[in-house]
Amino acid sequence: MASTLEAQIKAVPTVLTEGRESGRLAFKFSRNIKERIIEGLLFLAAASSVLTTFGIVYILVSESWQFFKAVPITAFLTDTQWTPLFADAHYGILVLLCGTLVTSFVALLVAVPMGTIIALYLSEFASFRVREFAKPVLELLAGVPTVIYGFFALLFVSPILQFFFPNLPGFSMLSAGLVMGIMIVPYISSLSEDAMRAVPMALREGSYAMGATRFQTALKVVTPAAFSGIAAAYILGVSRAVGETMVVAIAAGMQPNFTLNPMEPAATITSYIVQVALGDLPHGSIGYQTIFAAGLTLFLITLAFNILGYILRRKYKESY
Amino acid sequence: MATAELNRDLSAIRRLIAKAKRYDLAFSAVGFLFLAFGILVFTALLVDMAVSGAGRLSLDFFANFPSRRAEGAGILSAWVGSVMVMLVTAAFAIPFGVAAGVYLEEYARKNWFTDVIEINISNLAGVPSIVYGLLALGLFVYQFGFGQSVLSAGLTLALLILPIIIVATRESIRSIPQIIREGSYALGATKWQTTSHHILPYSLPGILTGVIIGLSRAIGETAPIITIGALTFIAFLPPSPITSSPPYFNFEWLASGFTVMPIQMFNWTSRPEEAFQANAAAAGLVLIVMTLSMNAFAIYLRYRLRKNIKW
Repeated sequence: MASTLEAQIKAVPTVLTEGRESGRLAFKFSRNIKERIIEGLLFLAAASSVLTTFGIVYILVSESWQFFKAVPITAFLTDTQWTPLFADAHYGILVLLCGTLVTSFVALLVAVPMGTIIALYLSEFASFRVREFAKPVLELLAGVPTVIYGFFALLFVSPILQFFFPNLPGFSMLSAGLVMGIMIVPYISSLSEDAMRAVPMALREGSYAMGATRFQTALKVVTPAAFSGIAAAYILGVSRAVGETMVVAIAAGMQPNFTLNPMEPAATITSYIVQVALGDLPHGSIGYQTIFAAGLTLFLITLAFNILGYILRRKYKESY
Repeated sequence: MATAELNRDLSAIRRLIAKAKRYDLAFSAVGFLFLAFGILVFTALLVDMAVSGAGRLSLDFFANFPSRRAEGAGILSAWVGSVMVMLVTAAFAIPFGVAAGVYLEEYARKNWFTDVIEINISNLAGVPSIVYGLLALGLFVYQFGFGQSVLSAGLTLALLILPIIIVATRESIRSIPQIIREGSYALGATKWQTTSHHILPYSLPGILTGVIIGLSRAIGETAPIITIGALTFIAFLPPSPITSSPPYFNFEWLASGFTVMPIQMFNWTSRPEEAFQANAAAAGLVLIVMTLSMNAFAIYLRYRLRKNIKW
């Protein structure tokens, strides 16, 4: 009796610890499984962004493939007419490319000097209070929906421009480009300012110690040192201008026009896509496929600029 | 003789310095003027919108469907559509964006695939929005057969703002010092426990900032929604998500046709009649007040955050 009791008492701790041990193992095991599953789910979420890119490339290429079966790629690249919806159809992307080029050029003519000067001013000259006020306002400016800029270009800027140039039509690449330029200023100024702020203080102090003024330092020390970052800002600005849709769709008119004159209305790649999407072309028709061919062109252009911008930005981040 | 020469040199140097300083002043003035010009344009835009649109703003404007008569037209279907599309967008973009951000900051090993994901995200942020529209048209509308519905539009905008949320999540997580994680590990917490109990709560305000900015961008986005073929004239509402009989909710609204605020505004802007343009201005005013207040809230949140957090 006593011995069994003793045995039982002896057995208790081992039973307990054995149970606890295996329990702990089981607990650890289930915990590890749970950790793995969660990591897997998080990984899938991150990898889904790669799927998006694949999706874009797949859709653009497969639909364009159908298009290029019907239209030779040489005609697409060299024809000087864009009349895909007419009986006598021509598919010359150059016409749309011209519109995109002119509006983007006008926009950059505004955005590059303005953005750079604002960035230099904010980073090197402005007092703390001006900067604290200006930066959020510029951010707000970047948050205005593009359709509102389009409205502004058509019904506010165009009439003002017509006052100065009486021959200017109601729709023109000039007014769309100017407003697009204003729209891009915040992007260029904030990206360039980031690059300028990344220039180490010691460089500026060295310049001041040599007797240089603020302006000399800004122009001859800060700007060259931040050059790759500023260039990246310009390039991302170009890519934004090329891909901008609503401003040109509303204010530049939508008729294809093979011209380099900003005083005329013209269609761009993006506004053509909008125009077709607003109508009801049957799925699978050649007219429907043109927007994917146009979209592929647009995607490739912006991709090239984005990659260039990415490389430049990486360079300035590494250099200090 | 020597002192006269010295004085001459000194005054020449002083003139040189004065000249160099004039450039300083001139550039300061130019910079300030450019900045002021930018802000002036912004103000002009707001005032123009307010002057031409304020007269149309009334309760009826929010409660009426679009109509052929400009005076009776309203934005009911547009704002309801915007709200529904935003629900879908938020439901997809927030979990995916935050999860991807957490993975890249906390879990990802430094290997080629992580690099691919990172380059890919920074590239996606630069893809023009209309290209997302083409993706959605080909994939969601036709291949998946979702049609020109609330679901297609919401998913499109979710893809569009995903990079914004991912980047905001990562930046917010990156600012949490390593000692927080080490403290948690030292107490026996696993990686996920550390992430869910410490990292996520501490980075929440930063993530929220990114989410708000992303949603405010999505609410004003027009081009991709036009591309998937949203109708511009909708005089009905999608079925209500909440019903009076059990199970009290349905998902029919996801498959419904719709219109959104920016498309309604675009439609009115492209009409030649002045009365419709006044409607466009009023719709624009509502839209701009919505996006600006969302943005302002996000900026305020970030500034507060910077002030308050001291690790």
